Amino acid sequence: MNLLLHIFFYLIFPGFVFAALAGLISGWIDRKVTARIQWRVGPPWYQNFVDIAKLMGKEVVVPGERSTVFLCAPLLGLCAAVLAATAIGLAFISPDAGFVGDVIVMVYLLLIPAVAVMIGASASRNPLASIGAAREMKLVMGYELPFILILLVIIVRSDGALRLGEIISYQASGGSNITSFSGILAFAVGILCTQAKLGFIPFDAAEAEQEIMGGTMIEYSGAPLALFKLTRAVMLYTMPVFLILLFWAGSLNTFALVGKYVLILVIIVLIKNTNPRLRADQALKFFWGPVSLVALFALVLALAGL
Amino acid sequence: MTRSLWVFHAALSPCNNCDIEILDLLTPRHDVERFGITLIGSIRHADVLLASGVPTTKTVTRFKELYEQTTQPCLVAAIGSCAGGGNMFRDSYNSPCSLDDLVPVDVYIPGCPPKPEAMIAGVVKLIEKLKGNV
Repeated sequence: MNLLLHIFFYLIFPGFVFAALAGLISGWIDRKVTARIQWRVGPPWYQNFVDIAKLMGKEVVVPGERSTVFLCAPLLGLCAAVLAATAIGLAFISPDAGFVGDVIVMVYLLLIPAVAVMIGASASRNPLASIGAAREMKLVMGYELPFILILLVIIVRSDGALRLGEIISYQASGGSNITSFSGILAFAVGILCTQAKLGFIPFDAAEAEQEIMGGTMIEYSGAPLALFKLTRAVMLYTMPVFLILLFWAGSLNTFALVGKYVLILVIIVLIKNTNPRLRADQALKFFWGPVSLVALFALVLALAGL
Repeated sequence: MTRSLWVFHAALSPCNNCDIEILDLLTPRHDVERFGITLIGSIRHADVLLASGVPTTKTVTRFKELYEQTTQPCLVAAIGSCAGGGNMFRDSYNSPCSLDDLVPVDVYIPGCPPKPEAMIAGVVKLIEKLKGNV
């Protein structure tokens, strides 16, 4: 019975089906807001669903001999992203769910989709894909440092709690983290890390369509490509929700949560539409320089109790 | 598939006018993303291959390779008079064959260059063909 319940959590709610639906709808919000900024009308709300359905029906071309790795990489990324979405969703539903240290597990789970992209790109044996994979790797090294620093800020602010549920209950009693000085600084850093984790402009050098023709995705077609798009959608749902959990979990009624989620999403889309693409080295300097300094400063403020 | 055509743009030595008009389709006035049509970077993701210009001795082999790399089903649209019938380069020493000798073409959109409206009309015909109405 318990096992069945866990399978339900993982596959239906708040796992795969729910996260994918929410992610694909968010993908539409992204495209629609982008279109409105460019004074266009934009696609209908079901566009991303049609895209996925179409990709499922297309031919799958496998380059080279490493077909197992090439085909398993998208699945690996999707499984990890769905697991992260499930754990975060369960923490919202019942703060007792989860275990000590699941914040640290989140760091790893949210990293695996990027690793899966690198593995898949390298297995495709395409020179442009390997350039994309190298850029992705540099980007990951860049944004993981400030990302871990802001997690430290949160852990310090909730008296060393290492469980997602405890972080939520600390905010429910003591007010959202975002209302403090250290919280708002760390939140800004968190938005930038989210931007990079989602591969949105200005941090989309790995997939730059104009210069390396889709980069890491170049050899993927049909169903594996659809899986990567789904992973992207699940991440697009998971990352803002994770930010809400860390910074903004003061009140937990559904309308407030949806409102906060859409607000964070629109901020991300606005950053995406008003910035040019950074080179991999510029992105690395940006994350290890100013962004990490701000995150460190937030950590000092958090230790001082601000 | 009719609601989500991803387009790959292959230039077979065109004079660039057709290419500029293709890009016009994505601008706010026409905005074909309303119907799910987007330009994509990799040939593996393509549903429609847009070909503009006359195939020359240099581009013939490359275009053949490009077509072999597509994932089926993939349609081919010939944009402009050059891709459609060779235009004034038909008897040129440098154009060994026409586009439809190389690959099966699904829709011809004539014009030098064709207006964006003409291209939309062509895409509508393509979609009708996919639905099986033509």
